[in-house]
Amino acid sequence: MSALVQLIGVSKNYDGAAALAPTDLEIERGKTTVLIGPSGCGKSTLLRLIIGLIEPDAGSILFDGAPVDAKAMLQFRRRVGYVIQEGGLFPHFTARSNVLLMPRHLRKPETEMNKRLGELSELTRFPTDALDRYPIELSGGQRQRVSLMRALVLSPQLLLLDEPLGALDPLVRAALQKDLKEIFAQLQQTTVLVTHDLVEAAYLGDKIVLMHEGRIAQQDSIDDLRDRPANDFVSEFINAQRSLVSL
Amino acid sequence: MKRLFAGFLFAAICGPITAKPVIVGSKKFTESYVLGEIAKRALTNAGVTAEHRQGMGGTIILWQALRAGQIDLYPEYTGTISEEILKDRNVTLDEMRSALSRSGVGKTNDLGFNNTYALVMRRSETQRLRIQTIGDLRNHPELKFGLTHEFLDRQDGWQPLAQRYQLQSQQVVGIDHGLGYAALQNGSIDVKDAYSTDAKIAEYDLVALEDDLKFFPQYKAVFLYRLNLPPAALTALRKLEGTLDEKRMIQLNAEAERTKNYDRAAALYFQPNESTSATSGEPLSHKLTRWITRHLELAGFSLLLAVIVGVPLGIVASRGGAVGHAILAFAGIVQTIPSLALLALLVPIPFFGISPRTAITALFLYGLLPIVRNTATGLQDIAPSLRESAVALGLEPGARLRKIYLPIASRTILAGIKTSAVINVGTATLAALIGAGGLGEPILSGLNLNDHATILQGAIPAALLALVVQWLFDLLDLILIPKGLRL
Repeated sequence: MSALVQLIGVSKNYDGAAALAPTDLEIERGKTTVLIGPSGCGKSTLLRLIIGLIEPDAGSILFDGAPVDAKAMLQFRRRVGYVIQEGGLFPHFTARSNVLLMPRHLRKPETEMNKRLGELSELTRFPTDALDRYPIELSGGQRQRVSLMRALVLSPQLLLLDEPLGALDPLVRAALQKDLKEIFAQLQQTTVLVTHDLVEAAYLGDKIVLMHEGRIAQQDSIDDLRDRPANDFVSEFINAQRSLVSL
Repeated sequence: MKRLFAGFLFAAICGPITAKPVIVGSKKFTESYVLGEIAKRALTNAGVTAEHRQGMGGTIILWQALRAGQIDLYPEYTGTISEEILKDRNVTLDEMRSALSRSGVGKTNDLGFNNTYALVMRRSETQRLRIQTIGDLRNHPELKFGLTHEFLDRQDGWQPLAQRYQLQSQQVVGIDHGLGYAALQNGSIDVKDAYSTDAKIAEYDLVALEDDLKFFPQYKAVFLYRLNLPPAALTALRKLEGTLDEKRMIQLNAEAERTKNYDRAAALYFQPNESTSATSGEPLSHKLTRWITRHLELAGFSLLLAVIVGVPLGIVASRGGAVGHAILAFAGIVQTIPSLALLALLVPIPFFGISPRTAITALFLYGLLPIVRNTATGLQDIAPSLRESAVALGLEPGARLRKIYLPIASRTILAGIKTSAVINVGTATLAALIGAGGLGEPILSGLNLNDHATILQGAIPAALLALVVQWLFDLLDLILIPKGLRL
């Protein structure tokens, strides 16, 4: 079976500076692909290119074997879940309304929606009695769980997470990492996760894509990155974080 | 909801001008008010539905309103017709009649009195300085002149008068007619222009200086009317010809100023034997209701239009670019035009003229900027991460705006609307200047009569209204701003 997403020679410049050099990448079905690298390495640019928030200067992006044209963009986005660092929850909606925004917009039956909401709050371990709170009344971890529910509510083919745990304190972060791993496994969800934390990448990722200065330095399992680094940057990056935690 | 909205809009545009009675206009001074009221009564007594737009402005405004058909008749003076309207001081009565008819306007015969311009001074001052004629003023360049704005600009007004008499006074200020009498009394000015039938001349013990060079033309009172006036109305109007001499007019003017009630003065004309106290005017509570209702109509409809137009403009402006900048610049420029000037600029435009429509349009333009600016700012201030989330979810652009952006910006947008509402309630008092009514009406007549009580009848409710509007909008915030944004 072919990859769900294929990037072929995709590049992006901002004001003449290359944010992403021509890049090839395949996102495999059912797997978690982690994009990692130092700030400004192009990992978020790559993610935003995939969901069409920005357009590539060159190259093509195939979803399920076909390019996404502008007309089909809305439909495409509804098949992709997207979670950002601060959650991106709408402050004027309760947790419930945030999660059900798209199903309601698409006029899904009420009973189906409530059933789905029940499943999701169980899956993400979000307390149901907090569903009617507003984002400002929720903790950081709870907000990310709501954001995850919102991303998953339409059962997306692809889940994109842009540093979803970046703003959380270590304990909450650890708990969410564990839950995310379970969720990905349970749903067999094709996922792309952006992080700058190698431990998180190693824990959650089936494939790790290490980026440096707008290019992919190496894409492999964590073991291969550690044992067979492609260049000096890879070994430096691995060793810098390795000293903190044994891998 | 949409239908309700459309209904409001329709009412805003057409509401104040539905019935088609005969419209009597009058200028902004007591005698004109009284004559207007007399005409209205004469028409009403003859079974013609009539309405009186009091104190609409000066000659040019009334003349244009008459020609444009916004009013059907108004009291005018022969001297003003030749000097100001026809701009030919040697015109004969026949020539005047045919010149007017070319504009679709007719003229009654005179009502029986000559109300010419005069220069007046305090009696004590004339005795001290031995001044009897206008010519005598030549020897006293130190005297301070306080002249009405109309007199300052007229063909038969200050400039040619000063030239003819070779007056050298350097101290000439423009002042409202009613306030001018107060200024004359307390010595702020020494000489002012007046109408020879002004009741104030006797009341304040003033002396009208003799026009020794016969500068001022005859100012016989007549009614100017549109030639398409219904015959019944014209017959009723012509019955007034030759029925008012100077003494009678001064008496009616004095009655109007004493009682602060033009209606009562007009009643006196029709019932000369009735004691003046027997006729009671419209009770204050009725008048207040009428003023406040009209005031709210003016401010409310203009605000509604400003919201309907301003929010979409603000949405476009929030996207920046040349169009966005142009919108904000336009709204900003409109606000820098003085409100009075904006009203005056709109009056000559055929669609507007002397009507509530003009007032609503001016107020609408004034209310625009705060709404446009706050809408634009509120939308621009939305965090990029929220915008990105809305896009990434796959919401259509319209749904993003409706469901996400506008609710998030609602607090700022409502603050803009609140500002506009308070501005409109305040500025709507100026609508009275073009005969559109509202709480400016008592303020204006109070100014003309130099009567503080009447001014306060308009000023206090206007101030209270602004407070109530502010309070209502605070309440509206609680209803319209989503709870999640208020926590």
